[in-house]
Amino acid sequence: MEKLSFKNILTIIFLALLSLVFIAPVIIVVINSFKGQFFIADSPFTFPNSGTFSGFENYINGIEKTDFFGAFFYSLVITIGAVGLIVLCTSMTAWYLARVKGKLSSLIYYLFVFSMIVPFQMVMFTLSKIANTLRFDNPLGLILIYLGFGAGLSVFIFTGFARAIPLEIEEAATVDGCGPVRMFFYIIFPILRPTAVTVAILNAMWIWNDYLLPYLIIGSDYKTIPIAVQYLQGGYGSRDMGALMAMLVLSIIPIIIFYLLCQKYIIKGVVAGAVKG
Amino acid sequence: MHSSLKKHFFIFLLPTLIAFTVFFIVPFVLGVYLSFTEFTTVSNAQFVGFQNYIDAFTGDSTFLNALWFTVKFAVVSIITVNLFAFLLALALSKGLKGTNLFRAVFFMPNLIGGIVLGYIWQVIINGILLPYGVDLTFNANYGFWGLVVLTNWQMIGYMMIIYIAGINNISPQLIEAAKIDGATPFQILRKITLPLTMPSFTICTFLTLTNSFKLFDQNLALTAGAPGRETSMLALDIYNTFYGRIGYEGVGQAKGVVFFLLVAVLALLQVYLTRSKEVEA
Repeated sequence: MEKLSFKNILTIIFLALLSLVFIAPVIIVVINSFKGQFFIADSPFTFPNSGTFSGFENYINGIEKTDFFGAFFYSLVITIGAVGLIVLCTSMTAWYLARVKGKLSSLIYYLFVFSMIVPFQMVMFTLSKIANTLRFDNPLGLILIYLGFGAGLSVFIFTGFARAIPLEIEEAATVDGCGPVRMFFYIIFPILRPTAVTVAILNAMWIWNDYLLPYLIIGSDYKTIPIAVQYLQGGYGSRDMGALMAMLVLSIIPIIIFYLLCQKYIIKGVVAGAVKG
Repeated sequence: MHSSLKKHFFIFLLPTLIAFTVFFIVPFVLGVYLSFTEFTTVSNAQFVGFQNYIDAFTGDSTFLNALWFTVKFAVVSIITVNLFAFLLALALSKGLKGTNLFRAVFFMPNLIGGIVLGYIWQVIINGILLPYGVDLTFNANYGFWGLVVLTNWQMIGYMMIIYIAGINNISPQLIEAAKIDGATPFQILRKITLPLTMPSFTICTFLTLTNSFKLFDQNLALTAGAPGRETSMLALDIYNTFYGRIGYEGVGQAKGVVFFLLVAVLALLQVYLTRSKEVEA
């Protein structure tokens, strides 16, 4: 801790004001979610008064229109399923690629690395056509698509850390008669656990908020939260602003709860992911 | 051991590889192929050579307009996001009171999804423009600066975290030694902190560059390209080419390939240029 000089106090005051600026947009949306829908666009920066206050009407409205709890459920299942599958499969793949040397092995590794810089719009159309043809247009199929499309970054991060595991550990286990599958689950994966947290957090942030991929693949039958919010938009000007505000608040709440619970891991994950990325 | 691991490739390698092949390699290769054909469904593709690429640039001006808009947006965003993020990181790596709280607050917007962010800022910016009797879609400049503000709000916290990690990695002895030698705070910043945080700059400019170029959700939610297609960025323009009208799928795919090449070349060039400025302590 540095002593509280005048300059430092000024910096703290400035940072405090800036923090308010950073939170303000969320607060404004929360305040507006309690106003009648026709009062929001006309006076977004005022508190609701007796004439404009609408209680939880917007929330009830929005939840009905978008089936918010259904969307929450699909978002949760898809995110947990895809993140779990990605962490399991790509950590195994990464260890394999780190240990089995050869031309084929490094070709596969470089294909994974290559996939990281390919923007989604490049494969958007063909990927959704393939998913439809193979009948992968359901939440389970989407989870497998996330494994395929998201494998690049995760394999890349895991491989970097898997290469650093001392070979002696693995040799000792082999001498003791431990096969590769058991060795992975009892020795390698526990060593990779901090990396697994990083990979899980980076993927969870992406998949939970992802709009276009789920919209194109399952959007007509299943709505995740971002799809439900976008669905409220309807035609420009004709939408229910109150329901939209309420849905924005409802979609931010789970993120804030997740953030408060795992803040330490999220920040560590971002740093670790960035250094490797 | 490694030969026995090799024999278990069907457990370790195959599941990921199959998913990766079916949902990335095949769509990618098929996409490159289809960009040289005319098609509405994949099965009726007719080879047309480079016609789609020519159409992408000459047909109507939306693609070139989106390209120009995206480049301007990326330049402004890279500069502003990294400047503010670095300044905040400097302020938050002094061990001041409340550092953890401030850091948590500044990072928070990054966790909110692009669609939600877009609508939050749409309400706010429309509210600010209200007294002037216009809204966000009145003029493309409003959409442009709206996207810049939104992107700053979203990305500053993320980049700040990476810069803080970089600054904290600098050995305190180095700074002490410079202070004893009579270096001013500005000299310490220019001669020590900046050069030694170059790896963080490489990462952060890479991330802001690629994220700015690939921006889609925020663009769709904030303006959806309005007025007209004037605030459409590349990703949104490609999306509209594919799904906006029938018969332009081939052109959309050609735009996709150009988009990919652009992002790939810029990303490699950027990493090459900033890496060359990195120094060892």
